[in-house]
Amino acid sequence: MNKKPFIHRDFDLETELNHSRRSFLSTSASGLGGLALANLLQRDGLLGASPGNHPLALKKPHFEAKAKSCIFIFMAGAPSHIDLFDPKPKLNELDGQPLPESLTKNVRFAFIKKETATVMGCNRIFKKHGESGMEFSDLTPHIATCADDLLMIRSLHSEQFNHHPGQLMMQCGRGVFGLPVMGSWINYGLGSESENLPGYVVLTSGRGSSGGTTLWQSGFLPSTYAGVLFRDQGEPVLNLSNPPGLPPELQRAGLDALRDVNQIHYERMRDGEIASRIASYELAYRMQTAAPELIDLSKESKATLDAYGIDRPDPPNGERGRAASGNTAQSFSRNCLLARRLVERGVRFVNIIYASWDHHSNIDKEIAYNSTVVDQPIAALIKDLKERGLLDDTLVVWGSEFGRTPLGENRGGSSKVTGRDHHPFCFSMFMAGGGFKGGLTYGKTDDIGWGIEENPVSINDFHATLLHQFGIDHEQLTYRFQGRDFRLTDVAGRVIPQWIA
Amino acid sequence: MNPRLSWILPFLIYYFLPVQGGDVDFSAQIRPLLAEKCLECHGPDKQKGDLRLDDSESTHRALSGDELLVRITTDDPEMRMPPKGPRLGEKEVATLRQWIAEGARFEPHWAYAPLNQDPPPTVKHEEWVQNPIDRYILARLEKEGIAPSPAANRSTLIKRLYYDLTGLPPSPEEVDAFVNNPSSQAYSELVDKLLASPHYGERWARHWLDKARYADSDGYEKDNPRPQAWHYRDWVIRALNEDMPMDQFTLEQLAGDLLPGATSDQKIATAFHRQTLTNTEGGTDKEEFRTEAVFDRTETTGTIWLGLTMNCARCHNHKYDSILQAEYYQLFDFFNNGDETNFNLPVPEEAMVTYRAAKEKHEAKEKALALRIEKAQNEVEGSFKAWLADRSASAEGAASAFHDLQKTAAIASDTDVALSVAAQGIVQVGGANPEGPLHYLVTATTSTLTQPVTGLRIDALSDSSLPAMGPGRVAHGNFVLTEVEASLDGKSLEWAGAMADFSQDGWEASQLVDGKQDVKNGWAVAPQMGRDHYAILKLKTPLVLSEGQNLSVKLIQNYGQQHALGKFRIRLMTGHHQGDQPEAIENLLSKPQKKLDEKEMAKLRDHFFGTVHVAGRKLDEERDKLKKSAPKEPVTAFGIITQRPSPRETHLLERGNFLSPAERVSAAGPSVLPQVQGRNPERLDRLDLARWLMSPENPLPPRVLANQMWEKLFGHGLVRTLNDFGVRGEVPEYPELLDWLGTEYRRLGWSRKALIRTLVHSATYQQASVHREELAELDPENRFYGRQNRFRVEAEITRDLCLSIAGLLSPKIGGPSVFPPMPPEIAALSYANNFKWVNSQGENRYRRGMYTFFKRTSPHPNLITFDCPDSNTTNVKRSTSNTPLQALTMLNNEVYIEAARAFADRILKCEAEDDRQRIHHALRLCIARHPGATEVDRFSHLLKESREWFEKNPQASQELTGKSEPDPRLAAWVAVARIALNLDELMTRE
Repeated sequence: MNKKPFIHRDFDLETELNHSRRSFLSTSASGLGGLALANLLQRDGLLGASPGNHPLALKKPHFEAKAKSCIFIFMAGAPSHIDLFDPKPKLNELDGQPLPESLTKNVRFAFIKKETATVMGCNRIFKKHGESGMEFSDLTPHIATCADDLLMIRSLHSEQFNHHPGQLMMQCGRGVFGLPVMGSWINYGLGSESENLPGYVVLTSGRGSSGGTTLWQSGFLPSTYAGVLFRDQGEPVLNLSNPPGLPPELQRAGLDALRDVNQIHYERMRDGEIASRIASYELAYRMQTAAPELIDLSKESKATLDAYGIDRPDPPNGERGRAASGNTAQSFSRNCLLARRLVERGVRFVNIIYASWDHHSNIDKEIAYNSTVVDQPIAALIKDLKERGLLDDTLVVWGSEFGRTPLGENRGGSSKVTGRDHHPFCFSMFMAGGGFKGGLTYGKTDDIGWGIEENPVSINDFHATLLHQFGIDHEQLTYRFQGRDFRLTDVAGRVIPQWIA
Repeated sequence: MNPRLSWILPFLIYYFLPVQGGDVDFSAQIRPLLAEKCLECHGPDKQKGDLRLDDSESTHRALSGDELLVRITTDDPEMRMPPKGPRLGEKEVATLRQWIAEGARFEPHWAYAPLNQDPPPTVKHEEWVQNPIDRYILARLEKEGIAPSPAANRSTLIKRLYYDLTGLPPSPEEVDAFVNNPSSQAYSELVDKLLASPHYGERWARHWLDKARYADSDGYEKDNPRPQAWHYRDWVIRALNEDMPMDQFTLEQLAGDLLPGATSDQKIATAFHRQTLTNTEGGTDKEEFRTEAVFDRTETTGTIWLGLTMNCARCHNHKYDSILQAEYYQLFDFFNNGDETNFNLPVPEEAMVTYRAAKEKHEAKEKALALRIEKAQNEVEGSFKAWLADRSASAEGAASAFHDLQKTAAIASDTDVALSVAAQGIVQVGGANPEGPLHYLVTATTSTLTQPVTGLRIDALSDSSLPAMGPGRVAHGNFVLTEVEASLDGKSLEWAGAMADFSQDGWEASQLVDGKQDVKNGWAVAPQMGRDHYAILKLKTPLVLSEGQNLSVKLIQNYGQQHALGKFRIRLMTGHHQGDQPEAIENLLSKPQKKLDEKEMAKLRDHFFGTVHVAGRKLDEERDKLKKSAPKEPVTAFGIITQRPSPRETHLLERGNFLSPAERVSAAGPSVLPQVQGRNPERLDRLDLARWLMSPENPLPPRVLANQMWEKLFGHGLVRTLNDFGVRGEVPEYPELLDWLGTEYRRLGWSRKALIRTLVHSATYQQASVHREELAELDPENRFYGRQNRFRVEAEITRDLCLSIAGLLSPKIGGPSVFPPMPPEIAALSYANNFKWVNSQGENRYRRGMYTFFKRTSPHPNLITFDCPDSNTTNVKRSTSNTPLQALTMLNNEVYIEAARAFADRILKCEAEDDRQRIHHALRLCIARHPGATEVDRFSHLLKESREWFEKNPQASQELTGKSEPDPRLAAWVAVARIALNLDELMTRE
């Protein structure tokens, strides 16, 4: 390489500002306005319009927080709770029999024909695991080894039973459009701890989800709080790489020139937004280094990579067409490892999305495929976080929009009953870390996994308790829109103290 | 302390605090306070403790004692009000107390009151005033002791007008011409020129499309494309360019179908309310999502025209504003009677020409084939006759073709299953109902039959004793018969084929005799359970039976899972192929041949030729294939709204749930506003509603709509809560100005262009936007308008500007949506990867941003990153964030790189003596003014740095320029152009 007039160095804002002030603004009477200078030099002030007012500045929680970051593993499409976490031996006894009308009378189904629907048995083998004796089916042998670190909730229920509204309900607290998702709310409430990565990162594997990009929307909150999609092909963040042929040193030189000329305009206009713009470009520049460093797994040990299954082959029997989106298993493994690396770097909220669990048919084959994809890496993630001491203040959540029916799906025209329909009346979810109890199974469903018998948990309750772990009172975290103070928990939600360690 | 004293004491302290001078302004001081702190529990929806604080009468009743003041000041947690959250401040308590002391006078909410008609105020500095707007602003500034900002310089003004009115940058020549134009009319002429530009219609159409939640796809999981949606977008652009008055614009969009003699265009306009989402996810309840769409129409109308947050009242009475839940559904009723229908748009001539040509070609092919068929038919007439003779004869003899077996006995392979034989050899199955494979063996003896036996008939019979009426024994009544084997006196019989009256998809009767016995094979009848079915199994060789021969039939059922027959019967068949032709043909064949008329003969001939005769069948298939490939006449079905012929009953829906209808309601407006007058007072419709909205009596729409216009030109609304004019919305700083604008808008015949002309001619608009340090504390948010505002332009415009500066932007107006480059996996984020984004080529790659195909579940990232609304709900104001992702987009995204390359080419082609001049010119293109020497210096330095680097790295220069050969000079200019396109001043109005 040529010897440069350019020094590629870690960007230091103060030095830069001084440098540029000396070079280009020395003739200016006032230099960069005091207000904006203070703004720029304030560590957390890099994104905002004026000091104390920038959207991602760290904010104090309402009370002491147990969790600092969250990894929400969203299993889009509604996995069957009765094949995974909520054993119902009675189903096999009742296999092929209709349910009493009293159960199905006022129930809406997506595809099931009520008149002829019958119970579908479960082909899974359930066992107790860990000291707690938490039960898992044979689908998740790895996650089962984390039993004593998990809080298993079997009594969630939702109000929505179609996918997109259901997914919005789980992410936003209501099944409607235009609302911010959990990750947006938490970043809005607490700000971001990361200096060079977004506060809310989204990772996806496999096919698209019903909700598409609406699952990481910021709704009526400014788009600063929207999730930023990290991609698993090409550059990690859209538009992260410089154009071909443009070297880092010229990127730096270009941004220096841009900043200087923007500063001259700031001198003229004295609008703090220009200072914010300069700061945004500097953060973008830092992201250009930080994001590739993030996805560079070369410094991870072989043991770690193997634990997550980074190089494992895609399991057989995948759904047709899935192969087109590459090796789903490896992609999911990678996303779990990236989630840990993101949390390590101060990212507040990571959303891993994997679709689809919508097993209307061929459930045995398909759920086995999906479980194989997610089981090992999720277990590895929980253990890895624990070993690194990160699990205490990192909350890992595994969940979806609803569960699946104990009734087999006898959709008109299909030859055989091999799947289950949508079921919002009860479903399971588990969490680890973040100040929640391990080894606890909470809530109870009836003999066939149809309804809840003990400790029902609404999605609003779940959100309220999640926010509580972040030191946020869910009734106090509000945003005024159209004259109404909106909350993640809408008008309901209560903290569930039994979950908290 | 005595607990009672604990709350009396502070109360006493507050009570004796001196009252600040001057009357309390209810609207400005009291109502917002009550709305903020009290109305949630003591308002239109809830009246806890029987207390209601939003109307005079009930408030006065409550104020008869001191309880209110006591409650808001006490520290007693049992007593305090509001019970949660921050307390009322000292000042607030004092104000409230003073208001009570002054008699607790209520005023109607400002936004519902008639428009103020007072003349504009007088001012000291008349010379500043350009039009009445300035009087309101200046009067206030003078009162506050603030001088207005000086007028912006001319290059700023022309850039501002270009950005605001067309969303495009002025060329340096246009800037020069304007700056050097000595005429006092120069500004007015420029405004008129821009308002007359067709790009004005695009710019302001996009503002409206935000409100209309316009998109090119359905939304929700499936999110199917709406390939014709753009016709509505074109309608809006046309309407704005023609300056359709706002009242007509309203009428056509809300009720174009109800206008007398509605034109095509007026029907297209109703697509405004077809921009609602459509959920075609499997298993959805259509009524649920129809209701959802009507909710959206109701609420969107409420937001855009009334500035009311109707949506709160969908589930309960509004907590703050006087909108009852019943009133919501009265408004809902207007839209509940508009149905989603399609109408066919005129097909573009181009498409018709293509179609006609294809059709002609196709018809020629058909004709040729028809000749071949005719010829072939003549040739096979002889064989047809022979076939007919044979078939008719056999049909005649086969009137009673089925024969019961004699001495039938039946057993099952599982002895716990009980088979009992009743009359006519009907076998009823009882006893155990095993999970595994199950076979039935039926034995019988034969009697003499005069005709040879040609096959077996198996009836699967329904019965009330079986689950779901059978014929199977599994809960839903289906069965799977895998295979049938038969033997006569121990000798296996061979089958020629099988058919049934009905077979389940994929479970055809032919599988009964295919020799395959795996579980996935056999005959089944779902979903036609609960009724009788039969299968006919044809023998390869007809058998002549004699008395007393032993027949055994084995019914093999390998599927298991209780899919076994519950009741059946086996009979012998004589005669030919009975029942294997379509029913209509069978009927004809059963007639004596002599009685067939010509038409019937023709039918039989066709049948023979098409299905029986081999050569004929091939020709027939060819004809079918050709028929299917016939070119289809192009239709452009376009979604509109039309009034239902028979009205739908509207009910209040409890908690907004479509499954919980309560009392019936009929169309009416909110009670806080003047009544809706109908053409037929018995039955108000959308046209009445639209007319009422724009009627002189209705005070809200002029305020709300004028406020929306103001916001686009000043960056904020006069009422900053653009979507909330209710009691929780902002009380405007300039209520009289807002009322003047509303009145003026109407006086100008609702002409948008005229109102814009008025707004931009004000001295207020023309002020500089330089921030003033002396106002930082007095008016940090610039609510007094002592200067203009500067703000970043929208997502689409950012791109338009860069493409325009680069010389790439296509000026084409309207037409179908386009697909500018996007990484393929972004489109795949949408469900089921059901959508392919094929990048547009040529001109369509560089159309204005507003023409980008908008897919709701995976919109183009370049739009969303810059705060383009998601178009799932109406949006009256975009947010303007400032994020690193925006920086990365403008630095590195494909379209911006293409712009930088083209811009570099453009710079190098300009006439200039040296690089400094070139930079000067480039910056002028970007920021519409002459750059300062320091700015040129800085870019010159960057150019030098870049060129030095690329000279040492010629390969890289080739990559950056995308040219076929290394070109360090051009590459350096691309690097410079790229940075110039990122200037804050470019993407900001000033």
